Amino acid sequence: MDTGTEPLSNLVPGQRGKVCAIDLPGASKGRIMEMGLTVGVTVEMIRLAPMGDPMELKVRGAHLSLRKAEAASIRVQLIV
Amino acid sequence: MSEEIFRRVAIAGNPNTGKSTIFNSLTGLRQKVGNYPGVTVEKKTGRFFGSHGEAMELIDLPGSYSLQVRSPDEAVARDLLLGRIAGVPRPDVIIAVVDASNLDRHLYLAAQMLELGIPVVIALNMVDVAEQRGLVMDLVALREKLGVPVIPMIASKGTGIIELKQAVSRNPLHKPEQHAQLPIVYEREVAALAKKLPCSAETARPEAMLLLSLDEKSLAEQCDTARQAEVAEAQARLRTHGLDPLAAPVDARYDWISAICATSIHRRGEDAEGLTVSDHLDMLLTHRVWGWVAFVGMMALMFFCIFFIAQTPMDWIAHGMKALAAWAGGFLPAGDLRSLVTDGIIGGVGGVVIFLPQILILFFFLGLLEDSGYMARAAFIMDRLMSRVGLHGKSFVPLLSSFACAIPGIMATRTIENRKDRLVTILVAPLMSCSARLPVYFIMIALMLPAASGWQRAGVMLSMYALGLFAAFVMAWLFKKTLLRSETPMLLLELPPYRAPALRGIAQRMWERALIFLRRAGTVILALSILLWALLTYPKPTTLDPTPSEALSHSIGGRIGHAIEPIIAPLGYDWKIGIGLVASFAAREVFVSTMGQIYNIEDADEENEDLRTQMRNERRPDGTPVFTPLVCVSLMVFYVLAMQCISTVAIVRRETNSWRWPLFQIAYMTLLAWLGAFITYQGGRLLHFQ
Repeated sequence: MDTGTEPLSNLVPGQRGKVCAIDLPGASKGRIMEMGLTVGVTVEMIRLAPMGDPMELKVRGAHLSLRKAEAASIRVQLIV
Repeated sequence: MSEEIFRRVAIAGNPNTGKSTIFNSLTGLRQKVGNYPGVTVEKKTGRFFGSHGEAMELIDLPGSYSLQVRSPDEAVARDLLLGRIAGVPRPDVIIAVVDASNLDRHLYLAAQMLELGIPVVIALNMVDVAEQRGLVMDLVALREKLGVPVIPMIASKGTGIIELKQAVSRNPLHKPEQHAQLPIVYEREVAALAKKLPCSAETARPEAMLLLSLDEKSLAEQCDTARQAEVAEAQARLRTHGLDPLAAPVDARYDWISAICATSIHRRGEDAEGLTVSDHLDMLLTHRVWGWVAFVGMMALMFFCIFFIAQTPMDWIAHGMKALAAWAGGFLPAGDLRSLVTDGIIGGVGGVVIFLPQILILFFFLGLLEDSGYMARAAFIMDRLMSRVGLHGKSFVPLLSSFACAIPGIMATRTIENRKDRLVTILVAPLMSCSARLPVYFIMIALMLPAASGWQRAGVMLSMYALGLFAAFVMAWLFKKTLLRSETPMLLLELPPYRAPALRGIAQRMWERALIFLRRAGTVILALSILLWALLTYPKPTTLDPTPSEALSHSIGGRIGHAIEPIIAPLGYDWKIGIGLVASFAAREVFVSTMGQIYNIEDADEENEDLRTQMRNERRPDGTPVFTPLVCVSLMVFYVLAMQCISTVAIVRRETNSWRWPLFQIAYMTLLAWLGAFITYQGGRLLHFQ
């Protein structure tokens, strides 16, 4: 099992990870957290949009869409 | 409806929770749509009666995810709940609507409501969906942990409405006693700041919490420097304790919610995590290939309906207006008064009202797409494309709507959080070819390609649409780079589960839109129609029995047409076309009827053969035809790019709360139109086109 963390943007559809850190500017971080994507929560990567960006994620039972650019600043620990 | 109001009830919730359905079930047809003082967000209120017949006012708050606001819509919800709107008291009770099938997430906003010091009733909606997913709710535990009434509901079937009414009419109502606990250090800072705030004791704590969890930029926007420094110091103290001022309250609320859900929601069976119908639909609708097929298909169907199905009722309105004008004309003696009533008022207002069927069909489709949950997917699919010009997926819907009419398009920009992005979207929305341009395109294409097949004509038409779209993207990119410079906004979009749309709610919204549209036609458009009529009628020529053409060229409008000839000559236009441009300043489609007036043709419209023949035979002083194919293209390009719509100006003024932006918009679009037509005409001549 891999113990290191990696950017959320690296996840492929079906992979799940536990959020370890959100390195985004204040306002963006606050917004993302209010939508349920908080540190410690489990995220599942569902799919990429037809043109390759943004990503669709499943967090706390809800489907959220986030661009890869922002997802790259969120670090997750893969759940195998 | 003048009875004493017993209680003012606000209904709040995330988007897509069935909030509107509950609002409609409670109030029925006792609703009205107005505006909040000073802001443009719609205020929707209604009446219902409590369990003892007492009159209640229900205020529908715009759907939002948090009190920490991002969009003008969310700001209204926050300001109303905190009593920040002058003349609008805080509600007596809040109905917090939550989706039972996704309680973790939806309780977040409810948790914030519990911190406001106003009694809260939680409407636990869609318990049937939760049940299907294998979730079992322990209502007793939920009520106890949340400390407020929790009413299970299936709003789409009307289940739970009576219980909800009972809960909000209970006397007395108790203020919530439980809410998420902040870390002690944080709570201490909140209390200290609350004491310094100039607001009531009740709102001080929530206000202080909002301030402490603001980022630097929003803080600078929302308070004066003294307060900023105060908050910044408190935030710095929190950081020394290892607390993130923005994250700590969010974490505290989610921790609290998780603890509640862990003990009061149970999963039945192991297959509960399986794929839902919604997931299967998404596999198709956001698929790399089928997603596009579905998307293009849906857009095509929508425009087919807007342009073809609407034709019949539009013809009815046109005939009705003509009959009305003839009927009114029969009563009035020939002269200025008859002309004012028939040409000015009935003609002018009728010219705008004729678009009502198209607007209704557009709103029907938008309602369907919104309610079913597809709209979020459209934004998801289109985001990549929009981000190329610095906008995001949410700007797609307003631009799409603008193909029918810029007015609903501009109203749809309210969901865009970033002010600058919203402005950019508003500024470029009228570049989308709306249906009012069609009459101009039709007649120009007929003049240009008299013998062309339907396909060739459709090709020309399509290129005009493409030109508008292209111009909108280029201008959006330019505005984002210069005037309204800001980073490409973050996309954070919820993709709600698909649902069967509630047709009743959609019908109700269409009705509301129709009323707003007609009211505007009866006021602003009416006034402008009269003004324009006067401009094109006075002063009158002194000659006996002047032809309409003589009268027109003698009028102020006609003189302006003459006066601008040097400016429009490089575009290939003569002064008669100039009059057409002036007359259609308020509404593009007026161009056709004005040309009819200039050429003394009665009842001119784009189908009129006499008008076409007359225009085709029109000659310049040197004997060459006026409406060469090149001039026709130049005119179409002008109309693609020019603002020429006073209703849009009025709505932009309203939405931006200043004259600056609509005036800027007229200026840049007119300039763009002139440049576009200039390049077309002069470029065409260089290439020896005619």
